[in-house]
Amino acid sequence: MQRKKHRPEKRSYPIIVLSAFYSVLFGLLLIYICHYAYNNKQELLNNSYNTRQQILLAQNTRGKILSRDGDVLAYTTADENGKEKRVYPFGKEFAHVVGYSTNGKAGLESNYNYYLINTNIELQEKAKLEEKKLKFPGDNVYTTLDVKLQEVAYNALSARKGAIVATNPKTGEILALVSKPDFDPNTISEDWNSLLADTSTDAKLLNRATQGLYPPGSTFKIVTSLAYIKEHPEDYKNYRYSCNGRFSYEDETIKCFHGENHGNVDFISSFAKSCNSSYANMGISIEKKIFKTTISDLMFNSELPLSMNYSKSSVDIKLDTKTSDVMQISIGQGSTQVTPIHMNMITDAIANDGVLMKPYLVSSIKSDSGKVVKAFSDERYKRLLSEKEAEILQGMMEQVVLSGTASKLKDLSYTAAGKTGSAEFTDSTSDSHAWFTGYAPAEDPEICVTIIVENAGSGGSYAVPIAKRIFDAYFGVE
Amino acid sequence: MEIYVTEISKYVITFLIFSYTVLAFLTFKYRTEKRRKWLYVGQLVSMFAMQMACFIQILARTGQIKYAFFFAFQIIIFSSAIALFYILYPDGNRLIMNNCCMLLMIGLIIVTRLSYDKAIKQFFIITFSFIIGFFVPELVFRFNFLKRFTWLYAAAGIAAIGIVLILGAATNGSKISYTVGGITFQPSEIVKIIFLFFMSAAMYKAEGFFDLLLISAAAAVHVIILVLSRDLGSALIFFVVYLALIYISTENLGYLSLGLAFGILASIVSYKLFSHIQVRVKAFINPFGDIERSGYQLSQSLFGISSGCWFGLGLYGGSPQSIPYVEQDFIFSAIAEELGVLFAVLMALICISTFLMLMREGYYIVDKFYRFIVSGIAVAYIFQTFLTIGGGAKFIPLTGVTLPLVSYGGTSVFTTIIMMMIAEGVCMIRSEEHYEAMEKKRRRLEARQRAEEEA
Repeated sequence: MQRKKHRPEKRSYPIIVLSAFYSVLFGLLLIYICHYAYNNKQELLNNSYNTRQQILLAQNTRGKILSRDGDVLAYTTADENGKEKRVYPFGKEFAHVVGYSTNGKAGLESNYNYYLINTNIELQEKAKLEEKKLKFPGDNVYTTLDVKLQEVAYNALSARKGAIVATNPKTGEILALVSKPDFDPNTISEDWNSLLADTSTDAKLLNRATQGLYPPGSTFKIVTSLAYIKEHPEDYKNYRYSCNGRFSYEDETIKCFHGENHGNVDFISSFAKSCNSSYANMGISIEKKIFKTTISDLMFNSELPLSMNYSKSSVDIKLDTKTSDVMQISIGQGSTQVTPIHMNMITDAIANDGVLMKPYLVSSIKSDSGKVVKAFSDERYKRLLSEKEAEILQGMMEQVVLSGTASKLKDLSYTAAGKTGSAEFTDSTSDSHAWFTGYAPAEDPEICVTIIVENAGSGGSYAVPIAKRIFDAYFGVE
Repeated sequence: MEIYVTEISKYVITFLIFSYTVLAFLTFKYRTEKRRKWLYVGQLVSMFAMQMACFIQILARTGQIKYAFFFAFQIIIFSSAIALFYILYPDGNRLIMNNCCMLLMIGLIIVTRLSYDKAIKQFFIITFSFIIGFFVPELVFRFNFLKRFTWLYAAAGIAAIGIVLILGAATNGSKISYTVGGITFQPSEIVKIIFLFFMSAAMYKAEGFFDLLLISAAAAVHVIILVLSRDLGSALIFFVVYLALIYISTENLGYLSLGLAFGILASIVSYKLFSHIQVRVKAFINPFGDIERSGYQLSQSLFGISSGCWFGLGLYGGSPQSIPYVEQDFIFSAIAEELGVLFAVLMALICISTFLMLMREGYYIVDKFYRFIVSGIAVAYIFQTFLTIGGGAKFIPLTGVTLPLVSYGGTSVFTTIIMMMIAEGVCMIRSEEHYEAMEKKRRRLEARQRAEEEA
């Protein structure tokens, strides 16, 4: 009897409950700590209040940045007093994409700072260097950039302002990234004050390729066309319009470029000839809900899958947007703004049968002795449009070359496809930004370029020749 | 040469604390100390080897011979403390003692790296605490009348922290410590023990709702005084101990939720009332927002934790000294930075094993007063550990309490050692109960046998 009474009294359930509670609480805390420490170490190291950066810099020499073929784009040397200097052998050519590491950080120098100042060489190597009282070499960053293409793109833009993006649509590798006007990263410290003092519209430090927001002009007709195809998947080909150089609806009038009269056009020739009147007409016929989903499918007004600084593109279309504004939006004018890299990503997706590969700049991080510290591979972001829609747009972009505004790319040793644009940015002048976004070869795309030349004129005359030079260089045509 | 030592010892140190931790949890498989003996031997080997590896790293980096002497003295004190404990109290719980020494060692290592002078001071405090502490288990075991003083404990506790509050108000600051003869000590730490005795004794005797109300009122006075003295961390610990003991003694979840609801209400009210609480919460939500002022400590602490990687930068390899009050409130971040995140996590698991062992003792003991004491100690210990680790890692807002046994700070180390020794006294009582029960059983068996023989 006594034993039975004794037993249950001994048990204390609250003690079990409390033990379990605190064990679980600690479990969560420790998982959180590991997770936090692991995922935020790069970002926290780059914080300017973090003194550990100085410790690493005192111990390691900043690593190199290299092109896809192994050309050195940035390295560090030290004079006999141990004073270090960062050298950029290609000077201004890679200014924005590679960036700088003094006076703050930008470009790859900023985004990959963590790897550049850490070292992963073998212990024996470290011991040897330590004996000689030398610093350890930081890890090297291998990029996807192609020196030849970058050079051609840089020279093709000559003294004009603008930006060029070249990518491989099948992998997402960024092959060239140019922005002008530029600066010399070798003398950034000396030039810093004058760069900051410059209040003109030059904004030399701005990477226009990723952060420059431009009106897309006629290149936006890709988006309008896609919305129309979505609304008329079967009978889009039946679209007809008779152009007399202008389109009026209520109080708003849209004119074709330089008032040109395109006559009778169908869906494909409207696109090839870039007929504004036809697109304004088409735009107001599209149900706004479909227009809206098309725009968000193509990543407007949202974040882009990019691991670098960029600006967000914007299109202001709502269910109650005024018809006059829809007309402007349909032809890429009005308040619509887009970055060159975003336009390039849309073109990439079309060229790659609707699937966007995540654009990337760095293929691997290797220690100075060649050991791979981290490798980045092609990464599918997601499908932006269906295969059939991509196919239709591909055909239309081929027609732009064959019978439209990009005829300078016709009859070459390779085939090309694309869309031109001439974006008017003020009402006062007739000048426009020249756009081209396209890819080659048309049947099996390998390279996709997007070009914007500020204040140059029509895309067909000023941007397409640059595309040709880049394609020529890529396919080895002299 | 040096680089080989520092790099390889990193992995050795992590491996040793890993094996120590595994052994600590293996002890739960066995119910008697006798069967756990080999696990304890393994723990001692890992413990001293880890300490040696750390000091080799320190010597390699600093090249100063004084560290070697310091290391030798530590070995002497820790090994004699462990040996003495084993001889004096064979019925004590050796896991609690081992964990205690392991954490003190880790603390000494990291404090040595941060400030040699402070480490020496810490070392003397540890020695002193052990000397006093060794009497405690025997006293707890013998003095059965400790459960009688109920309201005397409450009066003493309230008086001690009350005086600090009044003195603090007079000097117009957030004063939470006395300085007597060059030694600063924090009464709220010592009052923690008195409060535990009050709660245990009161709950032991409590009958009916009115008693509970009275006890709650006394506990509330403690907590309110601490909140007014701006000693938020201690206030929370007192409150949580109160809740836990109410729950354990009444076994009533209703009281627990009632207390919890009241606590949440009180937190909201004090958040609205006190600006220093608002500042802490703001820093917790985004430490980088005001990194130059209110967010500085926390962001530096996060920099430390994140820069360590799994195996740490090695002692002297990082810059933990850039965290303000690193030896007291952010010792965990310093450990994570230089000894590695894995090391820090394993150390936290050692704290958990101490907690679970204390709770287990509380579970098996029959005498309720001692059950309350030992589980109260367990909850106070683990909750304080949670507050400081969680605060430094941005898991919860900062409260500014020390990591028991590891952090630098005289009162904290002294109090925790005494608390652990009280727990050891309770363990001895539990063993005694066990022996008595066995004796009873034996006698009963004998009686039955005799009866059978007679029949």
